[in-house]
Amino acid sequence: MKTIQVYDPPMCCSTGLCGTNVDPALVSFAALLTELSQKGVKVERYNLGQQPMAFVQNPTVKALLDSDGVAALPLILVDGNVHAKGRYLTAEERRGFSQSALAESTGAPA
Amino acid sequence: MKLPLYRPDPAQTTRYLFFTGKGGVGKTSLSCATALRLAEAGQRVLLVSTDPASNLDEVLETRLSNHPSPIAGVPGLAAMNINPVDAAAAYRARLIDPMRGLLPESALRSMEEQLSGSCTVEIAAFDEFSGLIGNPETVSVYDHIIFDTAPTGHTLRLMSLAKAWDQFLDQNTSGTSCLGPLAGLGKQRAVYEATVRTLSDASATTLVLVSRPQSAALREAERTSKELHALGVTHQCLIINGIFETNCPDDETAQAMERRGQAALDAAKDFIERVPSFVVPLRPINILGLAGLSVLLGHDNAATPIPEVPSAWTPPAMEGLDALVADIERQGNGVIMTMGKGGVGKTTIAAAIAVRLARRGHPVHLSTTDPAAHVAQTLAGQVDGLTLSRIDPAAETAAYQAEVLTAQSASMDAAGRALLEEDLRSPCTEEIAVFRAFAREVARGTDRFVVLDTAPTGHTLLLLDASEAYNRELQRQSRSTQPESVLRLLERLRDPAFTRILLVTLPEATPVHEASALQDDLRRAHIQPFAWVINQSLLHSGSCDPLLRRREEAEHRYLREVVENHASRTAWLPWQPDEPVGPDALAHLAATTLARTVSGTSP
Repeated sequence: MKTIQVYDPPMCCSTGLCGTNVDPALVSFAALLTELSQKGVKVERYNLGQQPMAFVQNPTVKALLDSDGVAALPLILVDGNVHAKGRYLTAEERRGFSQSALAESTGAPA
Repeated sequence: MKLPLYRPDPAQTTRYLFFTGKGGVGKTSLSCATALRLAEAGQRVLLVSTDPASNLDEVLETRLSNHPSPIAGVPGLAAMNINPVDAAAAYRARLIDPMRGLLPESALRSMEEQLSGSCTVEIAAFDEFSGLIGNPETVSVYDHIIFDTAPTGHTLRLMSLAKAWDQFLDQNTSGTSCLGPLAGLGKQRAVYEATVRTLSDASATTLVLVSRPQSAALREAERTSKELHALGVTHQCLIINGIFETNCPDDETAQAMERRGQAALDAAKDFIERVPSFVVPLRPINILGLAGLSVLLGHDNAATPIPEVPSAWTPPAMEGLDALVADIERQGNGVIMTMGKGGVGKTTIAAAIAVRLARRGHPVHLSTTDPAAHVAQTLAGQVDGLTLSRIDPAAETAAYQAEVLTAQSASMDAAGRALLEEDLRSPCTEEIAVFRAFAREVARGTDRFVVLDTAPTGHTLLLLDASEAYNRELQRQSRSTQPESVLRLLERLRDPAFTRILLVTLPEATPVHEASALQDDLRRAHIQPFAWVINQSLLHSGSCDPLLRRREEAEHRYLREVVENHASRTAWLPWQPDEPVGPDALAHLAATTLARTVSGTSP
């Protein structure tokens, strides 16, 4: 089973609506995460504005924050490895991402 | 219509009391006097102000914080302020301080910025508010918790938030919200639910609607009564503060004042008969300090001490509104904003300036940021070249929701769209929509005059705070989808040639001190007020009514304070025998000058 971890920059709501910009890539990605989680994929999402401790406790995230600052966010980890840094996924990337996450999670080891 | 005097009785007083009403009706004085009475009767009382521009400190002569402080000389009485900006600062500190040294500086700064938005500010204050009502342990040592609330618009919002968030959390599917990750909100949800329950429990909560014998204040009380009734707050009563009767048959001012009050009560007869109603007579002094408070609900007018009158001081010549208008119109366009405590006449002054500018041939737009404002009722007529609107939170929210969906849905799949729609239903959206509408109205001043009647001080301070927070956040970004009006808002407010701020006050202690504090806040934000306007002055009224004479004498001290300490420029307006409603009456008000008044009333 794959684990997806998303470390968002500080924001208010899951879509970033309350900030100064609405980022369509963020909204679509947030919706995809909800869908994947409903289909059984393990999804963890952390927001620097609300759960800063989670950023400190993950050594990969902490190291990237120390070297790149907040430019490293959003940070998307799959099974603990960096999948994307400093941006959300494009429409094309989302399709592949979704397929691979679902394939893995249904095809559990025999 | 003979109404009983207001006398709080501990045996018949519920645990929670909310004093609400239009600005300047005496919410703070009456909630303090009630708290004092209950404490003197042996009850343990906590008095809480939810007004971002709280006057509790001044009235109680005690420095308060966001925790209960005992009031010296009154055993059993404690008081506190819920200040949204301070609450947000405390909330930020709770989250950020433990992270110092653990996260890089840029991450801390970015947290700080995100947590400075209008959303966080509102939620932090709301959490403190609902904690006092929905979390019984925090206030178990008190018999009564009395809320002195901000003027109507702000208070309706605060009291409806518990239900709004409760419902939003109920329907939320994404697992996150502006309140934090939903998983961690179990305790908060229980508090919100308990808050909703307590507010609608008639044996626990009383809504005390405070009004003056004045039609706009009574209309606002009636509207609030209906809206809160719809929210389930059904146990209500009405106090009409400042009832005036004169024994001087030949005194025009006194007769007009009594007549105006009586006419307003007659017009609101149905409403007054529908809710249990009480009266408090007009007092000759401003209610400050514990001694003043006991006068408010006492019997004896004659025995009350008057503040020391600087007898040697002669009020200087002060301008009328028209002199300010003549200066303002030279620019040809720009924004004029009236600011100050509730009830000082911001709407009237704004409408009078708009009418004068329009009648002098300028295109003028008159608007208001006060959700409870009555601009259309004050203007009460058409003037060529003058357009009128108001920032209606519900309409602005709906328009903003539609705008975001239209702009974003093309680049989004169905699931993204659904999630965006869900977040747009968050109670936070209203804060953003209202802020953008404010920026839009200010931007309209680039090719005409925009006269903006603002909400009472507290609400205005929060808009200012949001403007600065947005500005900081925007400076960080290379690209923004925000409209030009938002990007340039603070720059426009800071340009003294573009934005003219008029601080409106009555010649009384609290409105003057609130305007002075507001002036300090504006200057800290690099915004310089243009002039002060002293409204409804009894100076030179020539009244022979002893109570009005004492009020006139008491004015000197505050006129002097404004002219000598606060204002670089002061306009003065006399108390009006008829409410200034309609274009002609407003134009007449603007043309009134001190010189004309003095010569007109001299024998």
